[in-house]
Amino acid sequence: MRRPKKYEAGEATQYISRRAALRKLQLSLNDFRRLCILKGVYPREPKHRRRAQKGSSEIKILYHTKDIRFLLHEPIVWTLRDYKIFAKKSGRDRAIKDFRNLKRRLALFPEIKLDHIVKERYPTFIDALKDLDDCLTLLFLFSTFPSLHLIPREQSNLCRRLTIEFLHYVIASKSLRKVFISIKGYYFQAEIKGQKVTWIVPHYYPFKPQSRQEVDFKVMSIFVEFYTIMLGFTNFRLYHGLNLAYPPQFPSTMLQDNADTLKDETSFVSERICALNFDLLRTDKVQEDEEEPDIDMELLEQDGDSKRIIKMKQEAQEVARLRTLFKGLKFFINREVPREPLVIIIRSFGGKVSWDSSVFSGSTYDESDESITHQIVDRPSLSTQYISRDYIQPQWVFDCVNQRQLLPTNKYFLGEQLPPHLSPFVDAKRDTYIPPEEKALHDPSLIETHAQSEDESDEEETVANEEDDTVEQELLDAQLQRAYQQETAEYKKYGGPDGVNEDEEDSDGEDFNDEDQESSDEEEELDEQTKRLQEERKKMSVQSGKVHKVNKRQLHKAEVDEHRLQARMVKPRHRNLFRKLIREKQTKEKEEWLLRKKRRNIDSDTKEAKKLAKREARKAAAAAAAAASQLGGK
Amino acid sequence: MTKKQTIKRKVKEPEPTNEESVSEQSDNEENEDLLQAVKDPGEDTTDDEGIDQEYQSDSSEDLEFESDEEGNYLGRRGNKAEEGKDADDDEGEDEDEDEDEEDDEEDDDSDDDSEDSDANDASATPKDDQPSSSKAADAQTKAEPIIEIIPRDPSKPEYEESDTSDEEDIRNTVGNIPMHWYDEYKHIGYDWDAKKIVKPPKGDQIDDFLRKIEDPNFWRTVKDPLTGQEVLLTDEDIALIKRINSSRIPNPEHNEYAPWIEWFTSEVEKMPIKNVPDHKRSFLPSVSEKKKVSRMVHALKMGWMKTTEEVEREKQQKRGPKFYMLWETDTGREHMRRIHDPVSAPKRDLPGHAESYNPPPEYLFDEKETKEWLKLKDEPHKRKLHFMPQKFKSLRAVPAYSRYLRERFLRCLDLYLCPRAKRVKLNIDAEYLIPKLPSPRDLQPFPTVESLVYRGHTDLVRSVSVEPKGEYLVSGSDDKTVKIWEIATGRCIRTIETNDVVRCVAWCPNAKLSIIAVATGSRLLLINPKVGDKLIIKKTDDLLAESPSQDIIENERIKTAVQWSNADPDEQEKGVRVVITHFKPIRQVTWHGRGDYLATVMPEGANRSALIHQLSKRRSQIPFSKSKGLIQCVLFHPVKPCFFVATQHNIRIYDLVKQELIKKLLTNSKWISGMSIHPKGDNLLVSTYDKKMLWFDLDLSTKPYQTMRLHRNAVRSVAFHLRYPLFASGSDDQAVIVSHGMVYNDLLQNPLIVPLKKLQTHEKRDEFGVLDVNWHPVQPWVFSTGADCTIRLYT
Repeated sequence: MRRPKKYEAGEATQYISRRAALRKLQLSLNDFRRLCILKGVYPREPKHRRRAQKGSSEIKILYHTKDIRFLLHEPIVWTLRDYKIFAKKSGRDRAIKDFRNLKRRLALFPEIKLDHIVKERYPTFIDALKDLDDCLTLLFLFSTFPSLHLIPREQSNLCRRLTIEFLHYVIASKSLRKVFISIKGYYFQAEIKGQKVTWIVPHYYPFKPQSRQEVDFKVMSIFVEFYTIMLGFTNFRLYHGLNLAYPPQFPSTMLQDNADTLKDETSFVSERICALNFDLLRTDKVQEDEEEPDIDMELLEQDGDSKRIIKMKQEAQEVARLRTLFKGLKFFINREVPREPLVIIIRSFGGKVSWDSSVFSGSTYDESDESITHQIVDRPSLSTQYISRDYIQPQWVFDCVNQRQLLPTNKYFLGEQLPPHLSPFVDAKRDTYIPPEEKALHDPSLIETHAQSEDESDEEETVANEEDDTVEQELLDAQLQRAYQQETAEYKKYGGPDGVNEDEEDSDGEDFNDEDQESSDEEEELDEQTKRLQEERKKMSVQSGKVHKVNKRQLHKAEVDEHRLQARMVKPRHRNLFRKLIREKQTKEKEEWLLRKKRRNIDSDTKEAKKLAKREARKAAAAAAAAASQLGGK
Repeated sequence: MTKKQTIKRKVKEPEPTNEESVSEQSDNEENEDLLQAVKDPGEDTTDDEGIDQEYQSDSSEDLEFESDEEGNYLGRRGNKAEEGKDADDDEGEDEDEDEDEEDDEEDDDSDDDSEDSDANDASATPKDDQPSSSKAADAQTKAEPIIEIIPRDPSKPEYEESDTSDEEDIRNTVGNIPMHWYDEYKHIGYDWDAKKIVKPPKGDQIDDFLRKIEDPNFWRTVKDPLTGQEVLLTDEDIALIKRINSSRIPNPEHNEYAPWIEWFTSEVEKMPIKNVPDHKRSFLPSVSEKKKVSRMVHALKMGWMKTTEEVEREKQQKRGPKFYMLWETDTGREHMRRIHDPVSAPKRDLPGHAESYNPPPEYLFDEKETKEWLKLKDEPHKRKLHFMPQKFKSLRAVPAYSRYLRERFLRCLDLYLCPRAKRVKLNIDAEYLIPKLPSPRDLQPFPTVESLVYRGHTDLVRSVSVEPKGEYLVSGSDDKTVKIWEIATGRCIRTIETNDVVRCVAWCPNAKLSIIAVATGSRLLLINPKVGDKLIIKKTDDLLAESPSQDIIENERIKTAVQWSNADPDEQEKGVRVVITHFKPIRQVTWHGRGDYLATVMPEGANRSALIHQLSKRRSQIPFSKSKGLIQCVLFHPVKPCFFVATQHNIRIYDLVKQELIKKLLTNSKWISGMSIHPKGDNLLVSTYDKKMLWFDLDLSTKPYQTMRLHRNAVRSVAFHLRYPLFASGSDDQAVIVSHGMVYNDLLQNPLIVPLKKLQTHEKRDEFGVLDVNWHPVQPWVFSTGADCTIRLYT
């Protein structure tokens, strides 16, 4: 038997370097790149690089041998070769000025067909939806592009068409879930067939000439070439799912790529927005009655109420509420406001929207319309205002969607200092820093107490500083008590399935009685802080000794030491991992601490400033009063 | 170049006028003749030359001569003059001239000798002529009457323009080359005799300036690049230049407004030249064309033919992609070949609060963070955030993100260039990796606090040992003393001074004897401490007083290594009973459990570095004939007749009865510092200088059962407790760590090791912390000695 040589089997044969792949496929690097992008072939990270590279340890780009073999059978390889032949022949014709031949050849330009690749890369429709994020983000970017050297005009036109079609689907299906204004652009998240699709629409105007080292438009253009096909097919299926005609027909004035729109970006944008504010033709002529979610609800109700089911039910209710969030509201967008995201949002949640018809086309009603409920304004003041409507800043719309309810508009009034705009994409139960605004969102009680404490403190500050502490203490106690009640209520809710409603209705007094009776049981559940506070409250007069405190610190120190010693017993093979984890944890904690500290400083600064301002105002008022009295006396 | 030459020629024209004559013969008559001759033809032609020559029959020779000479007039002259041949000719022709000639010759000679003088002449007469700069000087005085005549003759140029004069000008033979090639040289070319033509001296700027002020003709002075001479432009030249500059026709005589002569008529005649009537077919529509058109119309109607617009439209429609229902169902999967084991690209992270256009204020960078962010410009991956959070007052004010395109591009690159692999992301808490051990509280008793400090030594305390009953303590220090302490009170009972640094002390484990073995320098002292039971003290003294009879003859190897002797009287006073003198300094001494044997280690002793002494027989043995490495310490097995020898890297276990190697333990550490054996004898604890402690289960394997890295610095010593399942270790990080080390009788159950307490009260001194630890034989108390000259008791 022949003795097997090294690297003739195993991992070394599984991987192939790019160079070898090029040689095998007989393609140039450019063609190979194009093929890889279109076919979705990517390099692989081997388990043992040294072994995969036949002993060399430098880092090479490795492909799976099977992938390359798979590319070998790809029909578009032949199209790529045809391109080369075409270029050669037409170049020859041009050189010898054989224009008749050249014309004939141009008509026979080899077309590349990508349909089968879409099917192959995404065997199910859901797969395609899963991969829609990058596709949409890139197409939305390309739809804003001017005519560029490496990007054919048709490509960006196609991008425009397809993105508008997709937005129309989102509007028609009301599948938008989350929106966010980032410094990079507007983030939208829609839920399509259970898949979360997130895309970014950049702020205008995203295009800037770039150097080749920075951005290679050729590569992006190849990606777009594939993504347009993919989005086209996806749109087709989505439209059919909603019984909408595809391709959608827009009035002839909209979306025609005439010379005017090509030249003027703003006119293009306005037409695009105008196209969005237009109901699509339906094939079935039946007004949709959100049947699907209803059925879901019934099913859920049948299943009974385990925790998960309850949660799902709540979620479904919330979504149902969200879908009709702006129903019956009429918006008017002032001309300084970026309209596109607002139109998408308002329309996809059932609102009606219009804008100044003299500036942009496609408006459906005028500013003077009395039935308008909200006017979106992004300027500090407005000369003529109607009493019948709310003048709000655009952030209100975004925040409403993210919180899934119509928020009070008073914080978003014209010229008002806006509250921070929070990202809806963060996990609410994460263990990193959570800003107080977000905490308030999850627990509305906090926001109330916060406001109360502010008011009260404002009042009290004038009276006396000594009282402050006691009052704050009381507030803290009340807050804790409330938190505790909620906790117990929740516990009961999940512990005993019958008493969901009863517990909620329970008055505070009853709760306390219960607590006294079952103190022995419940005290264990109490966290230390509440316990201590309660004790302190019970015997307010007793001063805790200092010795005790010191002991505690020592105890803590001893515990820490003990833990440290134990931590040194981590198995040697886990030691590096352990260290890494600890380091990560420490950095996270440090970051959290830093943010908390910054916030505290900022808050105290603003409070100080407020106090100062108030004092000033009072002083001024007193002075004025004195002056007035003097005048009166005279 | 030709143009230049012409200009040059013209430039030269005035020169003769000023200097009376171009022709050096400078006959007045001749001049007059010439002038006349030139005058006559007006604008000259070559034909005129003949006439000229006719006129100047006598000077014809000269003229020819000149033409031959070309540009080398000057040099030739000088040569001629020297030769005298020229002079002959001249004499033959004109006697009048002779005198002049002679003068000239003299001048020329001087010229030849030094160009400077010539140059001076030239500078004196700025419009000097190359042919006769020297001559001119002479002629100036002579030919003054003629000066009046000459200015009026513009015919001179005509004469010069003739072929002969044309050639005459070429004095420099360098040819048509860029003259700046000669910039670096003193000469400007070569004459016909291959003599260098020397550049005329160049005045400095002050000279130039002076000339500019003084010379009214400075502005029309031009330098001839070929010869380096200066030439004066005539009025005609200037006029010509002006005309050329203003882009007019150079010839002033040309009339631009001459009347137009119409050679061909522009009028269209009414009558044709030929009068044939049109053919009939020019009036009638073509039938064949009509047929063609009707065929086309029919084709268009039938759709066989298409207009160009239709064709375009069709093409447009064909070009765009066609979409259809690609997937029949949402989840239905058609079997197709796909790429192998597809790994979908991870989605991009979703934005957090910091990315908001209006984030909560704490997310905005303060100055320090901004600075740090900007500093990491070259290593963007190290930044905390990949963007700088910003706050905008209104949505309207938000600009396009400058790196948006780049980010999208990088994502594209990631999608097709980034290697992908499926990896399981470890999502565990760090606490999870800490082995689950019982709480120390459940493993009491163990020492937790420092309760006593024994002070008295003045240098670092190397070693400590406890009396088997647990009442007294002995310590050896670098201050050359051994001190005996009472444990309970911390009182130093006795101080025994020795001659050398005390490396090691060891109390005899046999409770029936009261002996301390003290290793000081190369001597091993057996001391009776005289504390405790009087009877035992007496008995011990008796035992050590008499030396047993030596019946075995010791071999040379041992004799040279060890000498036994009784102590001197003064040492006897101190308590020393027996002195065993070694040949090298002793580092360690250890007792066998029964108290009859003791072993010493001398690291420098090569193959005799470990010795075993028998007290009862006052005999020594060298167990090893070969050195297996630098021996660090030795140990007796508590039960079996085994002997542990630790070299730098390994530990060897020898059977003392069979005298063979039983086992070799591999520590995988750099340097062993000490070891301690569990009282049951199955487990060995080894401390190393590379911060580790190794627990060997002797039944299990030759490799450590557990490696503990409890200390942060070199571990100096370890010790097992005799009763409790405890062990302690002392290290250079000044800590004594007490651990629980439980060994079960059940062989299947592994020992349980739990670190219990870190006791860190020793002070650091010169990189040393704790040097030795030892347990109380009965109580769970641990003693430690440190470099800070103290012994501490933890209970």
